Amino acid sequence: MAFWILAPVMVAAALGILFVRKAVHAALLLAVVMISLAILYAVLEAPFLFAVQIIVYTGAILMLFLFVLMLVGVDASDSVVETIPGQRVMATVGGVLLGAVLLLGIGQVTLGTVVGLQDANAGGNVQQLANILFSRYVFAFETTSALLITAALGAMVLAHRERLTPKVGQAEAARQRMRDYAESGKPLGPLPSPGVFARHNAVDTPALLPDGTAAESSVSRVLVARGTVRSAPALADDIDQVQRQLGYSPPPLVDEEAQQPSRNPVGKQGAPATTEEDR
Amino acid sequence: MTQYVVLSAILFSIGSIGVLTRRNAIVVFMCVELMLNACNLALVAFAKQHGNLDGQVAAFFVMVVAAAEVVVGLAIIMTIFRTRRSASVDDASLLKY
Repeated sequence: MAFWILAPVMVAAALGILFVRKAVHAALLLAVVMISLAILYAVLEAPFLFAVQIIVYTGAILMLFLFVLMLVGVDASDSVVETIPGQRVMATVGGVLLGAVLLLGIGQVTLGTVVGLQDANAGGNVQQLANILFSRYVFAFETTSALLITAALGAMVLAHRERLTPKVGQAEAARQRMRDYAESGKPLGPLPSPGVFARHNAVDTPALLPDGTAAESSVSRVLVARGTVRSAPALADDIDQVQRQLGYSPPPLVDEEAQQPSRNPVGKQGAPATTEEDR
Repeated sequence: MTQYVVLSAILFSIGSIGVLTRRNAIVVFMCVELMLNACNLALVAFAKQHGNLDGQVAAFFVMVVAAAEVVVGLAIIMTIFRTRRSASVDDASLLKY
């Protein structure tokens, strides 16, 4: 029953790997195939392989694929240019022929009755597997450890990169900062943090300098470029609206400028600082 | 049990077509993994067919070797990407000329 549900899903996902453009989608489709395979292993009385399939394949190998995809760039999609003319068609025909030959071969064979693993799994599948693994296949098992160490070492050697420039330490960084300050007057300390007001406290509101102008360097350049920075005085409108809704009449203002807050774009000098919050 | 072997053969052929047609080295690698997994399915199915755990042990070894192979293969792909800024198998044709 599980087989007839999973088999179409697996074949569809495997075909999807052939046709999706993005490598990330292929990886996710491969995950579908691998998890379905794990369930088939459970159906086939192989609980140990079920766990290993999920832990090693979907857990480790596929995550490794995704890591490398992220390093290489997610949008690195396939080129559609054929270097060898007709190669794609020929490869497809060859693959279909291979499948046909395999299926014909399987069709010729009668497998007989299924013996089942009840006897072989007596006392537990893991215990019986360990019995075989550490007796008949113990040499292969030990060789595997050599293989794993070689692979780990090889990966480290391949992924290692020699540093071309000396590493910038704390002392060098501090010296560079002082040099910048001496040459161009770049501030030594951290940049000012964005505005913190009574009603509004967000990264898109600039801090106000003591003379009432907006501090340009206190908001991220990205937000300025997007034009999503709010000027602190613009919020005064908001407060007026809230007060109207509440039926609250503010006391008469002394300063005329506070009633009509200018809506200078932030980043420019001279945005008046007199907001409703100052009163 | 035949249906499992048939599914395994289908997955293997799909994987081989993927290896031959895809251009992205990482996707080619995924298709190799698909072929290995298809073989594992056949091994586990035959283990049940014959009432013998040798097939499962073989599938286990295939998984171990696949893990080692993926580690080295992906490291190679990373190295090629670092020098050539591309993960396409067509671009790594340095020995051709």
